[in-house]
Amino acid sequence: MSWEVVIGLEVHVQLATQSKIFSGSSTEFGAEPNTQASLIDLGMPGVLPVLNADAVEKAVKFGLGIEAEITPKSVFARKNYFYPDLPKGYQISQFELPIVGKGHIEITLEDGTTKRIGVTRAHLEEDAGKSLHEDFHGMSGIDLNRAGTPLLEIVSEPDMRSAKEAVAYAKAIHSLIRYLGISDGDMSQGSMRCDCNVSLRQKGEEKFGTRREIKNVNSFKNVEKAINAEIEWQMDELESGREIQQATVLYDVNKDKTFAMRSKEEANDYRYFPDPDLLPLEVTEAVINRVRQSLPELPTQKIERFMAELELSDYDARVLAADRVLADYFETVVKESGAKPKLCANWVSVELLGALNKNDLDIDSSPVSAEQLGGLVKRIADNTISGKIAKQIFEELWINGGTADSIIEAKGLKQETDTGAIEAVVDQVIAESADQVAQYLAADDNKRKKLIGYFVGQTMKLSKGKANPQMVNQILAKKLV
Amino acid sequence: MHTKTLKALSDALSAGELSSQELTQHFLDRIKQHDPGVNSFITVTEEQALAQAKAADEQRAAGNATALTGVPIAHKDIFCTQGVKTSCASKMLDNFIAPYNATVVEKMNDAGIVTLGKTNMDEFAMGSSNETSFYGPVKNPWSTDHVPGGSSGGSAAAVAARLAPAATGTDTGGSIRQPASLCGITGLKPTYGRVSRWGMIAFASSLDQAGPMTQTAEDAALLMNAMAGFDPKDSTSTDIEVPDYTADLNQPLNGLRIGLPKQFFEDGLDAEVGKVVQEAIALYEKLGATLVDIELPNTHLSIPAYYVVAPAEASSNLSRFDGVRFGYRCKDPADLEDLYKRSRGEGFGEEVKRRIMIGTYALSAGYYDAYYLKAQKVRRLIKNDFDEAFKSVDVIMGPTSPNAGFKLGEKASDPVSMYLSDIYTISVNMAGLPGISIPAGLSNRLPVGLQIIGNYFDEARLLNVAHRYQQETDWHAQVPAAFA
Repeated sequence: MSWEVVIGLEVHVQLATQSKIFSGSSTEFGAEPNTQASLIDLGMPGVLPVLNADAVEKAVKFGLGIEAEITPKSVFARKNYFYPDLPKGYQISQFELPIVGKGHIEITLEDGTTKRIGVTRAHLEEDAGKSLHEDFHGMSGIDLNRAGTPLLEIVSEPDMRSAKEAVAYAKAIHSLIRYLGISDGDMSQGSMRCDCNVSLRQKGEEKFGTRREIKNVNSFKNVEKAINAEIEWQMDELESGREIQQATVLYDVNKDKTFAMRSKEEANDYRYFPDPDLLPLEVTEAVINRVRQSLPELPTQKIERFMAELELSDYDARVLAADRVLADYFETVVKESGAKPKLCANWVSVELLGALNKNDLDIDSSPVSAEQLGGLVKRIADNTISGKIAKQIFEELWINGGTADSIIEAKGLKQETDTGAIEAVVDQVIAESADQVAQYLAADDNKRKKLIGYFVGQTMKLSKGKANPQMVNQILAKKLV
Repeated sequence: MHTKTLKALSDALSAGELSSQELTQHFLDRIKQHDPGVNSFITVTEEQALAQAKAADEQRAAGNATALTGVPIAHKDIFCTQGVKTSCASKMLDNFIAPYNATVVEKMNDAGIVTLGKTNMDEFAMGSSNETSFYGPVKNPWSTDHVPGGSSGGSAAAVAARLAPAATGTDTGGSIRQPASLCGITGLKPTYGRVSRWGMIAFASSLDQAGPMTQTAEDAALLMNAMAGFDPKDSTSTDIEVPDYTADLNQPLNGLRIGLPKQFFEDGLDAEVGKVVQEAIALYEKLGATLVDIELPNTHLSIPAYYVVAPAEASSNLSRFDGVRFGYRCKDPADLEDLYKRSRGEGFGEEVKRRIMIGTYALSAGYYDAYYLKAQKVRRLIKNDFDEAFKSVDVIMGPTSPNAGFKLGEKASDPVSMYLSDIYTISVNMAGLPGISIPAGLSNRLPVGLQIIGNYFDEARLLNVAHRYQQETDWHAQVPAAFA
């Protein structure tokens, strides 16, 4: 049988506000347990929530970023359930009227094609605290530092058809929230978490199959693995003639399997109703316009500009614009070096990203700054050094820091461009390579093209890589006749 | 000294005729002597009161006192008071020492008012007789085998027995006005949003409102000056300027249009009570007011709608009492579920559990539209009724409660008949309007209250209308013989 995979994602994004969504407590990550929990976060009797205006502004930014309608009057609702890390016995969320309505985002697939994914809605809510089950001698500890941290829950349409598309969507959301500066999107710290709804249906069927929801997936890699594990499980079930039961599941990384949570854990009737402690949230046209004015250049606009103004290829533009920090890095290199954008693009997307990947670092923590790399590319562009020497210098910058110019100076790496000096080296190579010269002279043009590499290599070696390769080629061509 | 009004005490303090310490000690002595028979206090904060009184006297001496500096009052035990037990009359919070002050308490403290203690009430403000308190029922000072009304029964009884010159109360469906009526005192429920709810333990957030319980309308005006105002900590409080509520107390009532809703004088109203109310209205006519017959056609829907909305909100508001962070926790819980079930099962009383169950049911999947949503629609209808009425009248008058005080235990086993005692007050909360109850006479030697309902933020007019009546009558000055 031929199955079609249907995937929808719910992405929770922690908004990077200074204080919590309904209290003045700090939202900083990593403080001692319960040191960032006020009376409000503790759910003390008699306390009341007051909405954080910055959280609203950040939600509006997101809405504009996905070209969605901003709900003029959205409503906060209480989601009621008991859990020790939920101090009030309810979570303040939005239910029937979320602040952000229907929108969309474009994803890029591996083959370079793009696809538009619908976003159903995005709503504001407060995060819960954390239950700690270790180190308490059989008891559980509660840390309420996270309780009340503002979250934006972004719900997609069931528009994705593979785990790869789901990852591309998650990455697009990640890119957008970082562009907008509304979240650091750090998945390792839980600033962005994904719930993945997966179902299968027979190809050609219009009705959706029964879905299961994989909760709390915390990396792009795991989004792909978890969804694929779930697809495999569902396919086995269906092919064996069993029906899928709607369920909430967790992904076990070690076993590479999904497993259903105990039914008790999900058998909640949340009894949503409008929170009487908060008035409906009005977002006026004036506010929307002000936020619109403050929007930065978004990924799609940046890609277009990179292609039109910097003459980058579609591929290069997409790679570099995928992340705001990376794009800024690239533009700084262009500015610092004064070199052709294409050359800068190569250095950033090939050398720099390659090194970062190898060392498992992201662009925020690159050991080589954009200014440093710009200084290096500048010397390639003005022929001070060759590309090969530049790679050596890059390694040096990566390990020991400094500037390209200081390294060139200290190590005497300046490219040799004096014709006489290069000729002298070439003459020496020719003198010491009688066999190769004879072979070369006997060969036809085609073979000569291959054989000349030997002389270039020897010349470069003898000049310790400093001879300008173009000049070496020219001089060799002149002398080997 | 104890029969004096807040205004008279304030004047005496200003004139240097007595000190706050003498005054405070006098009331503390009275509480010691008389409260065992009334049970109006849960906690008496003697030491703190005397310290506050001393500070108040110093403030007076230094010449930077407010009108209320040094006068003692009592707070309903629903307001958080820092460092003092705040129980809401529940076993659940018997061990709860509030770590902060309610805005109302903070404002009173700032004005130099002395706190005598915390008054008894129905558990979590759920009740109309003060019989649901974990600390035992409050007795009506006019007849100790009668209830004082509820839920602010302790505050009402304390003021009626002159154990405190005034007290704070809260009103969700009549909890200030009905006990004020039954105890023969003045009780004002302000417009929803006029007084901050910060630090007031929530029963039904969209209905709860704090207000003063006093001997006179003038005293209520003085306390409102201290209590009212926008609070950035309460998103539902309203940012409208607070007038001086004492400024217009003596305005003449010529031309005042009084609306008399037909529905407030129909079946269910005790004949004696009806007579007292009619006499009070007749006096207003003499004072130059005109009477207008009006309709509030959806009055009969207010109780059923209220008993969906209020319990629904309460079921959620009371979820935080789970035995995890504060309050009662059951002994030796076996696991989390056991902790929840027994802490809540043992910590809450019967009426509270009943309302949590009603509310949980009304919000459940499949019932939400039929109950909660419909009740909200009814609420809109009730508001529309009042909006329509206020197009042709300035205030609305009627009884506060369908009968004078009933006996302890009389309605305890019949919740619906108990709920019906708030028939004239509940619709005012549903609409968010201000209402005041003032003593208007006696029925079988028990007080009867006249209710005056005003338009939004029209508290000054309500106080003016009430004050003029109290200039002509002395019902408000009568004290039960045992406490004179």
